[in-house]
Amino acid sequence: MTPRRLARLFPWLVLAAWLGMALLGPLLAGRANQVDLPRILAPPSATLPLGADDLGRPVLARLAAGAGTSLAVGFGVVLVSAAIGALLGGIAGFAGGWVDLVIVRIIDVFLAFPGILLAIALAGILGPGLGNVVIALAVVSWVGYARLLRAQVLSLRGRDHVLAARALGAGPVRILLRHLLPLAAAPLIVEATFGVAGAVVAEAGLSFLGLGVQPPAASWGTMIRDGVSQMLTAPHLVAAPGAALMLVVLAVNLLGDRLRDRLDVRTAAR
Amino acid sequence: MPAAILTRLGAALVVVVGVCTLVFLLIHLVPGDPVEAMLGERAQASDRLALRAALGLDLPLWEQYRRYITGLLHLNLGQSFLDQRPVAAILAERLPATLRLALAGLGIALVVALPLGMLAARFRGTALDSAAMTLSLAGISIPNFWLGPLLILVFSLWLGWTPVSGDEAPASIVLPAITLGTALAAILARMVRASMLEVLGEDYIRTARAKGLGEAAVLWRHALRNAWLPVLTVIGLQLGGLLAGAVITETVFAWPGIGSLLVDAIKARDFPVVQGCVLLISLCYVLVNALTDLAYVWIDPRIGAR
Repeated sequence: MTPRRLARLFPWLVLAAWLGMALLGPLLAGRANQVDLPRILAPPSATLPLGADDLGRPVLARLAAGAGTSLAVGFGVVLVSAAIGALLGGIAGFAGGWVDLVIVRIIDVFLAFPGILLAIALAGILGPGLGNVVIALAVVSWVGYARLLRAQVLSLRGRDHVLAARALGAGPVRILLRHLLPLAAAPLIVEATFGVAGAVVAEAGLSFLGLGVQPPAASWGTMIRDGVSQMLTAPHLVAAPGAALMLVVLAVNLLGDRLRDRLDVRTAAR
Repeated sequence: MPAAILTRLGAALVVVVGVCTLVFLLIHLVPGDPVEAMLGERAQASDRLALRAALGLDLPLWEQYRRYITGLLHLNLGQSFLDQRPVAAILAERLPATLRLALAGLGIALVVALPLGMLAARFRGTALDSAAMTLSLAGISIPNFWLGPLLILVFSLWLGWTPVSGDEAPASIVLPAITLGTALAAILARMVRASMLEVLGEDYIRTARAKGLGEAAVLWRHALRNAWLPVLTVIGLQLGGLLAGAVITETVFAWPGIGSLLVDAIKARDFPVVQGCVLLISLCYVLVNALTDLAYVWIDPRIGAR
């Protein structure tokens, strides 16, 4: 295999490994929570490919369980926030007038909270747990989709086929879903791809701060946080989940870049 | 022009009011009873009533909101539950450390991104270009809560060059600033490259070369000046990411700023402090973005004339 071919395949391989681990995670769930004191902080070996953590649990099984968490949050957040954001953005662009004005002002207010700051505060106030993580991140990330779809609808709603549909008596919901959404799908998909990467990092970040999923459920962010205190004696505890996280984010971002080039979408600087 | 500035300020004001409202509502999102969440389940009924009255939580929502906004106008952000001190005083104490860290992070990002992006653009399509862009992709993808511990491991624990955490020695800021600045450096390097590529094809660059200017003078004095505008936009937008990233970075390095204050306050359920931190960081961000817009006029006089 040539290096070029390998580079093309790289993100797909990482993605396949991520999916595979997430799917196999439940099978290893028993092992992931198996406390085994004699092998505490065991370094990587033939029987324990990635070693064991501070409770003697196999790091590989924990990693697989964490893959499940990041996958669920990554896609959960994107599905929820893209649906809400596209709906509100679509309504704003299509309805115009004061409806548009109100939604745009709401979007502006949410954009004034930098990055995942609001998610950190929300997750802290709502309390830990997978569901609350998804809610906190969705509250923060719907705005991007709303802004995107509003802009798309504004530029598309004067097209002839929309006028034709309206002349045929199609209602606003039908026009939005059948005649506008398909045309706006390409940039939405690109945005959603980057959104998955963002949500995966954000989930790990929240878990790192102790605001994400709670033990015994696994998260790569929690694994990094727990590993930091053992860093000098067992660096593999920090290295493994961090490398997994970085590879997944890198792979998803690469796919997003390619998708953007392929679909010829111009996006604003992220 | 003044009209444009006024419109901009008006929009910013609406956003500020919205941010304050949302931050006020945060505390009412606590599932169940915030007082119970603060005191724990075994608290006496009389204690609960007393706290509720002390916080004004027994008043109608509208009255609470009026009080909160009135307080904000007097720079009164309430009192910390934990040590009974005014939140504003605690924030004022912590803000300098965060600003110092953010500025250092921004400085590192610029020092890395400008040469990297310019070289990548100048030697477009070469191995140098792809190496720089691969490096920047890695920089975008590396989570700061992983980079931070790795830096501590190598430079503090193995090499012993820098302190592990805190803010006691002058060298303490080095690792947090690198951790915070890396992502911004990576994003900026890409932006500088793209922006330079557009500029390098212009006639005045050819003119500058033709009149015998050195390559460095062409790049720094002629090309970069015109490539600044999109780069500045990205800096303004990404400063928010920098401030939010400071929350995690400060936690990693036990840096005594607003970010670690926020995380500690969340864990202690000290809601007035949580609200204060979120409010302060967001308002800083709004301010920076407004200033960025105004800086355009200064950097590019053509905008003001339009």
